[in-house]
Amino acid sequence: MSEAAAAHADEHHEPYTSTGIPTKKVLMWAFLGSDCMFFGTLISTHLIYRKISATVGTNYLDIRDIFDIELTSFSTFILLASSLFMALAVSAIHKGNLNSTRWMLFGTIIFGGIFLACQVYEFTHFAYAPGNELTLSSYRGEPHVFGSTFFVLTGTHGTHVAIGVFWLLGWLAYSFTGKMSTADAMDIECCGLYWHFVDIVWIIIFPVVYLMEYAL
Amino acid sequence: MATESVKYVAPETKPKTLLDVFRRPDQHVTGIRDWLTTIDHKKIGLLYGLVALCSLIFGGMQALLIRSQLWAPNQELLTPREYNQMFTMHGTIMVFLVIMPLSAAFFNFVMPLQIGARDVAFPRLNALSLWCFVAGAIILNLSWFFTGGAPAIGWFAYSPLTDVRFEEVARDLGPDFWVFGIQVLGLASLLASFNFIATLINMRAPGMTMMRMPVFCWMTLVVSFLIILAFPAITIALVELMFDRNYGTNFYDFLEGGKPHLWQHLFWIFGHPEVYILILPAMGIVSEVVPTFSRKPLFGYGLVIFSGAIIGFMGFAVWSHHMFTTGMGIVATSAFSMLTMLIAIPTGVKIFNWIGTMWGGKIRFDTPMLFALGFITMFMVGGFTGIMHSSVPIDMQQQDTYFVVAHFHYVLIGGALFGLFCGFYFWLPKMTGRMLDEKMGKIVFTLMFIGFNTTFFPMHYLGMIGQPRRTHSYNAGNGFEMWNQIATVGAFILGIGILLGVIQFMRSFRDKSLKPAGKNPWDARSLEWTLSSPVKEYNFARTPIVKARDQAWENNYGPRELHSEKEPLDHHGVHMPDHSWYPLFTAIGFLVLVIGMLFHSSLGADGEIIRNYTVPIIGGIIAITSMIMWSLEGPGGYHLFPEEDEE
Repeated sequence: MSEAAAAHADEHHEPYTSTGIPTKKVLMWAFLGSDCMFFGTLISTHLIYRKISATVGTNYLDIRDIFDIELTSFSTFILLASSLFMALAVSAIHKGNLNSTRWMLFGTIIFGGIFLACQVYEFTHFAYAPGNELTLSSYRGEPHVFGSTFFVLTGTHGTHVAIGVFWLLGWLAYSFTGKMSTADAMDIECCGLYWHFVDIVWIIIFPVVYLMEYAL
Repeated sequence: MATESVKYVAPETKPKTLLDVFRRPDQHVTGIRDWLTTIDHKKIGLLYGLVALCSLIFGGMQALLIRSQLWAPNQELLTPREYNQMFTMHGTIMVFLVIMPLSAAFFNFVMPLQIGARDVAFPRLNALSLWCFVAGAIILNLSWFFTGGAPAIGWFAYSPLTDVRFEEVARDLGPDFWVFGIQVLGLASLLASFNFIATLINMRAPGMTMMRMPVFCWMTLVVSFLIILAFPAITIALVELMFDRNYGTNFYDFLEGGKPHLWQHLFWIFGHPEVYILILPAMGIVSEVVPTFSRKPLFGYGLVIFSGAIIGFMGFAVWSHHMFTTGMGIVATSAFSMLTMLIAIPTGVKIFNWIGTMWGGKIRFDTPMLFALGFITMFMVGGFTGIMHSSVPIDMQQQDTYFVVAHFHYVLIGGALFGLFCGFYFWLPKMTGRMLDEKMGKIVFTLMFIGFNTTFFPMHYLGMIGQPRRTHSYNAGNGFEMWNQIATVGAFILGIGILLGVIQFMRSFRDKSLKPAGKNPWDARSLEWTLSSPVKEYNFARTPIVKARDQAWENNYGPRELHSEKEPLDHHGVHMPDHSWYPLFTAIGFLVLVIGMLFHSSLGADGEIIRNYTVPIIGGIIAITSMIMWSLEGPGGYHLFPEEDEE
């Protein structure tokens, strides 16, 4: 082992790793790779059913009658913007600026919350739109698959955002215990990786599930 | 494990949080509390092995019931439904509760030792994997006791067998138990795989480059990647099925616009990599055993690893060969047929490399080597029939016949199980510190080898003359009788062989009359054989500095400059993390959550579905609280100061 690495082992919070990359980060990347396949499966399911399920019986579904594309565009923008706050939070904790970290975490949480609120509004709005109800199992009261794939896909994404929000809330609460320091930077960075990933997934879902209905 | 000569140092004081309700066990904990809270990769590996061997006996008994039912034409030992439940549970148990956890047992016990690590990267996460696996096993097997009994849907659970409208028993809970059980088992496999990947990438001892890692470690890495990329497909397929069964979605409901075909695709996108998840660990074990007992280095080390990686990679591109008869169209069918033929090449490369390793070697026929040879020969038979199936016309002829049953049992028993038994005979001396009785080992091998071939070789012929699989009985006069009786006799011989083997493994932990193993009883080649048997709780007193592939061999026979060195003793000592209750509590939370979800809905007086989420929410709260306390307790730990030669 080289002297540099031996010196490394003495600093307690930077243990020796074979690649030099912190082990938590490797774990997080492995998880995100796996998560890609989760969303890949859901998005494929949606795309497979999108056209073949458009008409079941006499009930032709034009999803544009239900979608509120302005609202979804707004919530997409909000989610993208939250990633900026997240990046700033990671940067701030690396520099040891606790106050700034706190505010940036707070901003991420608020924007994540707005996105979730939009999704809750959207879901209830779709499910209870009079004469146009889209539910998990039906459209206008008749069996249909679009609701199944749509709600389960976007719902899974929403669950990811919600988990991210609770994770960030945990860090926000922790920042008030007085124990938070640059030693936690790696953990917050992992949290950030997760947040950016969930964001990127939405960047795929938004065109594939929403915008495509207006183009193709 | 003996720690008498180890100087005890009081644990570092750590702040107690308000949430610290449960006392965290320190290093002096013994007995059941030790095993429940352990985060030591060796003990976790042993627990995986224990549960898996018990499941092996249980699943084997189901197989014997199946064979007894098929002893004579039109027997009524089992009803058709019971028969379906038997082959469903037999398949599910053998895949998820036997072969995978047995592989995980070796990954856990052996892999960190082979790369010179103190433990896996995240010891508490590793414990969570173990307890999630146990929870999944409990859920799956509980199904026998509730409405409808065990699932009768096959391990493949093809839609519409799982559709609530086609149930033989009203409100059949079997498929729900299956769905949730596999979900929890999948979670366990995913968590374990993230951990192994992080360990293999980041926790290698200095000098242990990727191309010096033992082949078994490489196969662990490949299998872990297969698991994290293949299990999401089945997880989502199961989520969709769960929604179909519980919330009325239409993913697989062909009456309401869904496509049952989609289930088959999603299942086999997982299911085919799963085949390699089952066989690659055994290939890794055999790649360790064959060089050791031929007293030669592995022939074509790089090629063996590359073939393993290619098999893993191509494993994702051949799933539809399970579906040639579903009518996918000529293009898709031809493409999958061609890719399936291609995947035989890397597999053949491995076989030739093992033969090349033995060529000109001084071969010793100890029990591990016998099992390795059994693996190679019988896996070849299974491989040949596999290549036959890659041809579409042949596959269409043999679809759903006993020929297929013969094929995959040659791969999974003759291949995977023989490889894993080979691993037990090879590494148990390292786990227990005692040699196994060679004579007994050879009896077990003989019984298993003869019993296995007697059972499954006639099935090739039975399939050729048209006996359908997954069928409760058969009529007299088709020429099936004699071969079925031979197969049944063989199955009981195989069963006795396996039972004797399992008893031998279990007894070796207690039996003091067995010969002590010493550090390196087989004159084997990798780092774990430089440690004492059984391995001390801290693994390596001083981290080894690796200079060569086959380091243990080089230390004994190699030139001076290839002998491994050791890092100087750290003045901090060897850091040992504390035990933890929270992995167990988190898994209990998941168990409560799942049981609650299974029984959350009931039918009201007016036929309306009443949903009650109290129990799932309680389970969720237990799990989340445990996770929060887990993250607050920190790794904790204490330091050991072993003397230099106490490895």
